[in-house]
Amino acid sequence: MNNKFQSPQQFFRQRRLRLGVVLAVLLVIYFGSVAIVNFQTLTSLAQVPAGLIWLFKNFVPTDRSITYLGPILYQLWRTLIVAVSSTVCASILGLIFAILGAKTTSPTPALRWIIRFGASLLRNIPVVAWAMILLFSFKQSDFTGFLALFFMTLGYLTRAFTETIEDLDGEKLQALQAVGANYFQCVFCGVLPEVASTLTSWVLYMIENNLRDATLVGILTGTGVGFLFNHYFKQFRYDAAGLIVLLIAILVILLELTSTQIRRAIA
Amino acid sequence: MIENSQPGSKPLQPAQPAKRISLLTKPRLILRAVLLALAVITVYSLATLDTANLKFGEAFQSLGANLKSMFLQPSVGQDSWGLLLRALATSVGLAMLTTLLGALFAFFIAVFSARNLAPSWLATSIKAVMAFIRAIPTILWVLIYSVVMGLGANAAVVGLTFHSIAYLVKAYSESIEETSSDTIEALKASGVGFWPIIFQAILPSIIPALLSWTFIRFEINFANAVAVGAAAGADDIGYYLFMASGFYFNFHEVGLIVYLLLGVAIVLEVVSMKLRGHYLKKN
Repeated sequence: MNNKFQSPQQFFRQRRLRLGVVLAVLLVIYFGSVAIVNFQTLTSLAQVPAGLIWLFKNFVPTDRSITYLGPILYQLWRTLIVAVSSTVCASILGLIFAILGAKTTSPTPALRWIIRFGASLLRNIPVVAWAMILLFSFKQSDFTGFLALFFMTLGYLTRAFTETIEDLDGEKLQALQAVGANYFQCVFCGVLPEVASTLTSWVLYMIENNLRDATLVGILTGTGVGFLFNHYFKQFRYDAAGLIVLLIAILVILLELTSTQIRRAIA
Repeated sequence: MIENSQPGSKPLQPAQPAKRISLLTKPRLILRAVLLALAVITVYSLATLDTANLKFGEAFQSLGANLKSMFLQPSVGQDSWGLLLRALATSVGLAMLTTLLGALFAFFIAVFSARNLAPSWLATSIKAVMAFIRAIPTILWVLIYSVVMGLGANAAVVGLTFHSIAYLVKAYSESIEETSSDTIEALKASGVGFWPIIFQAILPSIIPALLSWTFIRFEINFANAVAVGAAAGADDIGYYLFMASGFYFNFHEVGLIVYLLLGVAIVLEVVSMKLRGHYLKKN
């Protein structure tokens, strides 16, 4: 702390002033958003406990919902493998883009900017737009969900992979170049083995994320477990919908635990 | 031949036949196994993917045509500029509101779920509940609350806030746990109370981490707000996006909305960079 305050009192006054300004700005933002969104803070918050009670009453799976278990588990499995395969396909393409686009391994700066821009475009088109555009061309099939997840993941992974490769120590590459390794030897023997475990943890993270997004994509495009949830939910069969929610939560938690274990093992 | 050995030293001779060193350490083996498993699942999934007898050539052609009408000829369609901009403001407002509410609640819950502040049983049980809430996708929370509160903004806010809280509690409590326990011990020993320790010692040291997590969550919430509008009918940009693409098939309007969202995303990116730069410099 530099000594620009003459007395402790002045320091504390300054601090209180700054805190007040920050709080005032936050309050303005809050009430501004409340006005725009038309949100009733107190009535809504008061309804939260009632909502939770309603949730526990209606969403608890009953004996009847066990009969739906077969199709639910099948769709959950389909959703899981679509999430995995879209991530893996996107990661292969993303790795190629990242190698071409990272500062340390890029052949030309022009390519770097094109890849940067393309990845940011893919990332920022909302998943709703992807789902709806693809639904129009690819109809109601698993492939639509696959492509929607694929494009989104490609944007994210290209950026993550690029940053991982750029974080790599440049001296190793210089050493390899100094002993006469060509471009491909540099990439395949110098860069890839070094970043493999970090990239794999990114892939695992994206699989978790995609499993969650797959539900939304499923609701919009009518595929997978999201469609099944929407179907039961709109027919007021809440016990079956609750069973789906429970199973999704269990699957996501299991996936999280597995990928944490894997990440620890390969680090 | 390059000579770089020091004068007088004997040339090195391998004493015994060199032992083979395996490059496959245990982490490498596990890595390969994981990649192999992922590859197998992918191949199986792609082979059994239900494509509903699509003609891929035609489908990709129509996709190309749609993308062209989206990005090259954007227009407002049957809605007006005023309506779309107001809806965009609603989405941004929704994201800000849920992030602020989420951050406020999450901070106080995080205090009780940090292992160095709260008893271990409390921390563990709060973390388990939060992991469960986090595991359920945001959109399902919004749909569930839209039944209790009716469709609209209130359900969207509560649903988004729920997931934000669960996400931020994890991030915040991990940041709090990084504070060294020596500091807390020392303050406790000199008789400082529970809340003063938090606000005078812990909070100032973790503000950059909190800020960057909160901002990440704000970006996620903005994306979620758009998605939620489409599925739960809060009157925001996601709703118009859904209507334009799913009901009117007006891809020119979809293009315009995507451009608006890209604009917001770029602004957010710049703000987050500035904010982080400002705080990193100060600390």
